[in-house]
Amino acid sequence: MNDAPLLEVRELAKHYRLPRERLLSPAPLVRAVQGVSFSLGAGRSLGVVGESGSGKSTLARLVMALESPTSGQVRLDSQDLNALTPAALRAAREKLQMVFQDPYGSLDPRRTIAQTVAEPLRVLHGATPVEQRERAAEALDAVGLGTEALSKYPHEFSGGQRQRIAIARALITRPKLIVADEPVSALDVSVQAQVLNLMQDLQDKFGLALLFISHDLGVVDLVCDEVIVLYQGRIVERGAPDTLFRCAAHPYTRALLESVPRVQPGIARTPRRAAALPAATAVGVGAEGCAFAPRCIFAIERCHSERPLLRELAAGPSGSRAAACHVAESVAALPAGAA
Amino acid sequence: MDSARYRCAKLTSVTTLSDLLTVTDLRVTLQTARGPADALRGVGFSMQRGDTVGLIGESGCGKSITALALMGLLPDGARISGAIRFAGQELTTLGEDAMCRLRGARIGMIFQEPMTALNPLHTIGRQIAEPLRLHKGLSAAAARAEALRLLQRVQLPQAEKRLDAYPHQMSGGQRQRVVIAIALACGPDLLIADEPTTALDVTIQREVLDLIAELVAEDGMGLLLISHDLGVMAETVQRMLVMYGGTVVESGPTAEVFAHLAHPYTRGLFAARPRLGLARGTRLATIPGRVPELADLPAGCPFAERCAWAVDDCRRALPPPQAVGPLHVARCIRLDALSVPTP
Repeated sequence: MNDAPLLEVRELAKHYRLPRERLLSPAPLVRAVQGVSFSLGAGRSLGVVGESGSGKSTLARLVMALESPTSGQVRLDSQDLNALTPAALRAAREKLQMVFQDPYGSLDPRRTIAQTVAEPLRVLHGATPVEQRERAAEALDAVGLGTEALSKYPHEFSGGQRQRIAIARALITRPKLIVADEPVSALDVSVQAQVLNLMQDLQDKFGLALLFISHDLGVVDLVCDEVIVLYQGRIVERGAPDTLFRCAAHPYTRALLESVPRVQPGIARTPRRAAALPAATAVGVGAEGCAFAPRCIFAIERCHSERPLLRELAAGPSGSRAAACHVAESVAALPAGAA
Repeated sequence: MDSARYRCAKLTSVTTLSDLLTVTDLRVTLQTARGPADALRGVGFSMQRGDTVGLIGESGCGKSITALALMGLLPDGARISGAIRFAGQELTTLGEDAMCRLRGARIGMIFQEPMTALNPLHTIGRQIAEPLRLHKGLSAAAARAEALRLLQRVQLPQAEKRLDAYPHQMSGGQRQRVVIAIALACGPDLLIADEPTTALDVTIQREVLDLIAELVAEDGMGLLLISHDLGVMAETVQRMLVMYGGTVVESGPTAEVFAHLAHPYTRGLFAARPRLGLARGTRLATIPGRVPELADLPAGCPFAERCAWAVDDCRRALPPPQAVGPLHVARCIRLDALSVPTP
């Protein structure tokens, strides 16, 4: 047996160059992902949360080897995906599959469900049509759809059913890792619950590892064993969801939690306090300081001059945790809801 | 000067009437590819100035159609019956010209997607000035000055510079502030916000909701907030209407509705929500089946097919509203059975 984790990401960075604004000025650089490292064991689930522009989707595309990183490595089963030959990468792709956000845009409207679901098999294995159909029926059965779905087209299905079909397509190669980029955010609440339950069942049944990207903290709390919080391309906090969401050690995580609207049945509506998070400033952040410092109510002088590194904190009630904050200990010690 | 006089005149005209908005038995039939579909099947509610009312439901429940009906923006071929009385005027029979004078002036609307709600080819200043020039006849200079005041009011940083900016130069949250400024430009009596924060990040969502609540409280206008998010409702509105299949299945004061969760659909929606603090591996309670298509709505209770408490009588006719509390009603004939804990 191999002790290395299924997925290992080391010091991953992706920079994009924007078109230059003036003739002589240097082209602006967007650091979408910077120095991100984590590992994910077989059968485990890792949640990635953050605001839009935090680098969540870039990270997903890097893990899927759909983009090549500026620096750093993505290792799946100890193989560096970006060092593989195109043929070897193709062979490795059966181990990792993706489920996208929009079940309306991710299925080809002119193909039958059988064609769509079996496509990874046809492309990666050159499977025979009979085999393709059998495996497609098997995958559809796993997501709770009958064989009559095989010859139908996407428009005949609702959003929740389409997302099941997208999951069946991801399952058909019997992958070890599924990257799910906001898989339920386009679905209605009542349908969202069905898909989340299904994903958890499949994970247990097939021992899948899951990289689960979401902006919804409740969803991540439900599905994931561990969570990383991204802010401007860097991991600002990492830990088990119950530790992270109960006593967050990074002010940004705290601000995110504070912002979630909640329902407390039986309790009269109380006017909310002023926004916990000061508005994002348009001013660029200095390379030295903490990227969150301009919005942070806990910021001290050191935060503006020295970028905090992700460091291990004393273990929480459920395992190790880390935060990139100079004052993480005192933030974590605050009672929940005080920010 | 102008705006102060306008506001005075408006206030006196409204104070003589008890209700700002009364919707009675509103029915809308849309022409779809599959034939006529009943999008609204008898929606009724009323609100006064200063009231905050929420419409909650999933896609296809009729909440956006309700908003469009109020704005007189229903798609071509839609048939409408029932009554919408807004400040003493009947809107369902109002001509397009008269409706145009109301829309944007006395009824303001905030849309879901601020990028598509704004015109990418015009500056922010010009877009905020448009309703002011159109409805209040302000000069270009006066409208620009008022636009600046509005941008400051919606707390847009560097408002003066932003007047000449284009929508693409702003973030989602900033654009939504601009849309709010446009909706408020003429000092409306009623503000309709259709999923105003769905396209925004959770931290920005909070800022925008706080801003809307603050502005509504200051101006004393009525707010009709449309959302699919129970949390947003709980924190923003005094009263809520839960919609399903083109009808209001439950309505009442927000705290009452959440305390009782009288209708099985409200209860299911509440239980299906993934929320913080659920242990990993917890199974969410699900509502079986799917939201029905408008064209397939059954004659009886629209929720009967998915309901654990449904009996044959539920499928016969649309259940009438039953009182749950003083101001709290639910369209369900099984309320007695429901008061017993979950089956």
